[in-house]
Parts: sequence; C-alpha cells; structure tokens
Amino acid sequence: MMSFKRFLALLVTRNKEFLRDRSSLSWNILMPVLIVAGFSFAFSGDIGKQFKVGVINEEAATEQAKEFVALKYIDFYTVDSNQASITRSINKVQRHQVDMLLDAEKQQYWINTESPGGYLVEKILLGSKQTTFVKQTVSGKQIRYIDWVIPGILSMNMMFSALFGVGFVIVRYRKNGMLKRLKATPITAFEYLSAQVVSRIILIMVVTAFVFYGTHFFVGFVMNGSHLNLFLVFALGALSMISLGLIIAARISSEETAGGLLNLFSWPMMFFSGVWFSLEGAAPIMQSIAEIFPLTHVTAAARAIMIDGAELIDISYHLIILTIQSIVFMLFGAWFFKWD
Amino acid sequence: MSADLLQIKNLVKHYPTVKAVNGIDITLQSGICFGLLGPNGAGKTTTVEILEGINHATSGEILYKGKPLGDQFRKEAGIMFQSTALQDFITVRETLKMFSQFYPEHADLDDLISRCNLTEYLDQDNRQLSGGQRQRLLLAIALVNNPDIIFLDEPTTGLDPQARRNFWNLINDIKAEGKTIVLTTHYMDEAYTLCDEIAIMDHGKIIAQGTPKSLLEENFNDVILQLPKAELKGLDISTYTTHEKNGHIEITTCDVNEVISMLIKNNISLAQLQIRPRTLDDLFLELTGKELRA
Repeated sequence: MMSFKRFLALLVTRNKEFLRDRSSLSWNILMPVLIVAGFSFAFSGDIGKQFKVGVINEEAATEQAKEFVALKYIDFYTVDSNQASITRSINKVQRHQVDMLLDAEKQQYWINTESPGGYLVEKILLGSKQTTFVKQTVSGKQIRYIDWVIPGILSMNMMFSALFGVGFVIVRYRKNGMLKRLKATPITAFEYLSAQVVSRIILIMVVTAFVFYGTHFFVGFVMNGSHLNLFLVFALGALSMISLGLIIAARISSEETAGGLLNLFSWPMMFFSGVWFSLEGAAPIMQSIAEIFPLTHVTAAARAIMIDGAELIDISYHLIILTIQSIVFMLFGAWFFKWD
Repeated sequence: MSADLLQIKNLVKHYPTVKAVNGIDITLQSGICFGLLGPNGAGKTTTVEILEGINHATSGEILYKGKPLGDQFRKEAGIMFQSTALQDFITVRETLKMFSQFYPEHADLDDLISRCNLTEYLDQDNRQLSGGQRQRLLLAIALVNNPDIIFLDEPTTGLDPQARRNFWNLINDIKAEGKTIVLTTHYMDEAYTLCDEIAIMDHGKIIAQGTPKSLLEENFNDVILQLPKAELKGLDISTYTTHEKNGHIEITTCDVNEVISMLIKNNISLAQLQIRPRTLDDLFLELTGKELRA
C-alpha cells in the first residue's frame, strides 16, 4: 500500500537536492532563455524570405494554375481539400505564416491585404497575361517566427529536463548503490518513482513558468489563450515525457548507455516534432513518426493555445494522446523498473 | 536460552556460470554477533544479500522469527552495505530524517546522533564527510528503525586504525543493547574481538562454524615461535614445520621447551624471539589456503 509519509520524504529530499545543485538549476533556466534570445536576435529582420503558397486541389489544376505552381523560388505545399484544412490554411494567411492560399481547380486565392509577401505573390500569379483568378482577402496581425517557435522551445526544454533529469538521476543512483539501499527499506518502487515524477513535474513547471514570464518580459511574444490551459498542457506533457524517461532508465546502470539512449530519443524528437519548423508539407512518413512523439503533441497544443487562443476542447486530440502515453509509459516503467 | 531469530536451511544460489552459494545452513540466536568470513568470491556477500532480502535464492528456506522474509523483516532489519552512496547536497540531519520517515516507528534521532558521534557534522553535506564519519552515518541509518537484527557488510574496510577502534566501540554498544548482528569482515582481529560466533565460507559452503575460541582450540594445539631469518642462518630446522614471513621464520610447535632448548644449544640469540598463539588468520589460511585480501 502506498505510504504518503514515505512518498513525501523522498519528494522533499529530491527537491532539496535539485535546488541546491546550482549548476544544474542555472543551466535549466539559462538554456531556453539563451535560445530564445538568440532566435529573437537572428530573426529580428526579414532575411532570406521565401514565398510560401498553399495549394488546394492541385491534381485538378487548371492550365493557368499549373503554370503558376510550376514557378521556381516559391515554396508550394499541398493542402487537403477538406474544409478544416482550408480553414487552417486561411488562418495561416491571416497570420502571415503563408503568403497565399490557392485553389488550383476553382482558380480562387486568398491573400492578406496587410502582407507584403501576399502582395508580391499576387503580382506574380496574375502576371502580365489575362487571368481569371478570383481574389479573396483576409486580414490579421502578423505572427513572427519568434511567436511561433516559443511554444516549441518551452516544450523542448521541458523534454530535456524530463528525460535527462529523471533518467540520469535514476541511473546514477542505481550505479552508486543508492537504489539498492532504498530497496532494503519498506519503500516500494511505485512510491520511489512517483516521488521522482512529482518532484520533476514541480521543478519543470516552476522553471517553465520562470522562463515563460521572463522571456515574455524581455523578448515579448503573443499569448492569446488561457494561461491555465497552457499550464495544464505543459503539466501533462511533462508527465508523459518524464514517464518516457522512467522507461529508458528502468534497468540501465551505466550512465554512458543511458546518455546514448536518452540522446537517441531526444534528438529525433527535437528535430521532428515541429519545434523549429512546421511539419506541414513534410513527407507523410515523417508526419506519422512525429505523431508518436509526446513533444509533437505538447508543442502543437501549446502553440494552438498561445497563437490561436485555442480552448481545451480544440486541443482535446493532443490531450488524449498525451494522457494515454503518460499512463502507458508510467505503468511500463514501473513494471520494468529494477532497483539494482 | 535465546530464541532462534534467523534460520537458514539449505540455501542455494546458482548463477548461470557459477554456484555462488551451495547449500548452507545457519541458525542465529537473538542477541549474538555472528561473523561471516571468507575470501573474495567465497559467496558471503551473496549469502548476506539473500538474508537481507536484496537478492533471491535459487532454493532453500529463510525464516525470520519463524516466518519467511517479508514486511515484518524489512521493518525490523537494519542494513549497512559495504558501499552505499548518499544523496548529494543533502545534510547528515536531512539524510537521517528521510530514512526515519520510511519506517512506521523509528529510533530517537537525537539519541542516535549522539551514539554515532554525528553531532558535529549534522549540517554537513554528505559529500564532505570523511571515511569514518560516513561509516558512522551509514551505521546510524542502519539503526534508524531501531532494528532487532543488523547486517554490517565490511563496515570498517578503508578506515584508519583509530576510526576502526571507534567503530568497534559503537558495535559493542549495539551488542550491549541485546541486538543481533550479522557481520562480514576481512579483518580476523575484528571478527575475534566482536563476534560471539563465526562461520568461514569458501566455494559457497561453510567450512567451519563455532565460537572463535572453540574453533581455534578444535583446530590448533600448537603455538608459533618467530625469529629473524638472519638469526637462524646455517641452522638445520628441516625437522620442524616452518613458514617464512616478512623476513622472519615461524616455527610451529606443540613443544615450546624443546624448540627453545634446541635454539640455546645452537647458540641462537633469543633476544628477538616472539611466541604467539594461533589466531583466526592462521585458521583461515589453514582452512581456505588463501591469503586474505582487504
């Protein structure tokens, strides 16, 4: 039976250990701030911009549309013809993330009247020849790359803290015999792992809040949604990634092996979870792989809240996936866990 | 007559390539200090780990107070492993407090701190403790649940002579409280001083068991005379059982007078002659044929 007294004793001690480890604590706070500051500086000007156009019904494109889609130096990507995809893409035009959305069959296009990129792409589309494209205009405030990338960076920092913070600590304790000593007490594996998970969630949420508000103050980024909803997404995301860390650390007693395995999980997640670039237009196989990463769902849900002001119901798909992953990872990690 | 606290019946532990424990039987009575001795690889650590509930036996039975090892044993056993890391950035006081909260009932911490001489180091980070201070803290952790049985696995290995003596005093204090101690050690003087009963293990089996005194009496009725090798140069001592050790010749005999007479007759100076009784070191070497390695 779970003893709250034992759980609390482990939790309090683990928190003290982390808070007193100044180098580790500083690094957890500094790294995302430095990344955000670096990106803020790097993307402060309009550099190397390439036009981006979403294309609906490309397979049934008219001759004029085909001619346009064949142009070089414009990034064309396919948009599904269902209403939800079209609405999402129109939202992107509103936010200046996409310069134009083109229906290649109906010869209809959407541009943002306030977007210089949209204006130029329209000029290219219409060209000098007589064309019959129908113009639809939208308007909306520009979403900068920094606004788009911040949710991903916060999620990514959380992922590293979750995987390495829990994974390495457990492996180190197993290697130096601390876990063996705990095994000789009435502590159960569930109590020990729960304490590690809760401790890390608390620390991740405190650090993430610190980084969130600090970066918001110094750099500034859009936050159109509920802070409480965002908190919930990050807490659930932290839980799923910590639980993943528990599986990785369940039996290993070598820090080198643990480091290799943690990198094996974290690096693909960092690059293929839509943290740095949108997965829209990426190869279908890559999109499918990204679906299994918790980081993909945390990033997508956080981005939807922060940029679109999404409510929980709008991101319920991501929340359900994260909940299932948390439960499966946690149960498997506890079952697979070995003290020594 | 004390009650049997721990009964081990035909304990076996086989690994894929080695038979670490090969059918041992031990019965421990309450209130004694039991020493388990053996060379490296003899199987004593595996045996103790099975008794502690850390490792599982291939077969055999272990009964604690007449029942298989379980929750009661975990609550009533205190364990001091040979090498245990403690949490970094946590003080001695916090470490003791954490361990005390793992048990439904625990010893009075102030009393424990005082008995283990930890008062001066209470607010010191675990990383800053010396070898002796660290061993005393590990002993205090082993005692934190006020255990009935305490397992001490090579508790004084690596300590300087003074720290070892201090540690022996602590163990004697625990013994005086009537607690049962299971001690593994490489130091025969330690086993002789602290243990009421010892078992010597080799190749996974117990090859001798009894009180240190009775084992010495059973196995030896002779003494050792020791002289510098240079003093015996040219003397024919081939009729005696001799052994060379650290530049000295040791003559093993049941008849001291006869050997001394022989030495005087051959004008050998007795100024550096030493006569010593047989020790557990000798018994160990006799039984296992191995040097002890610390």
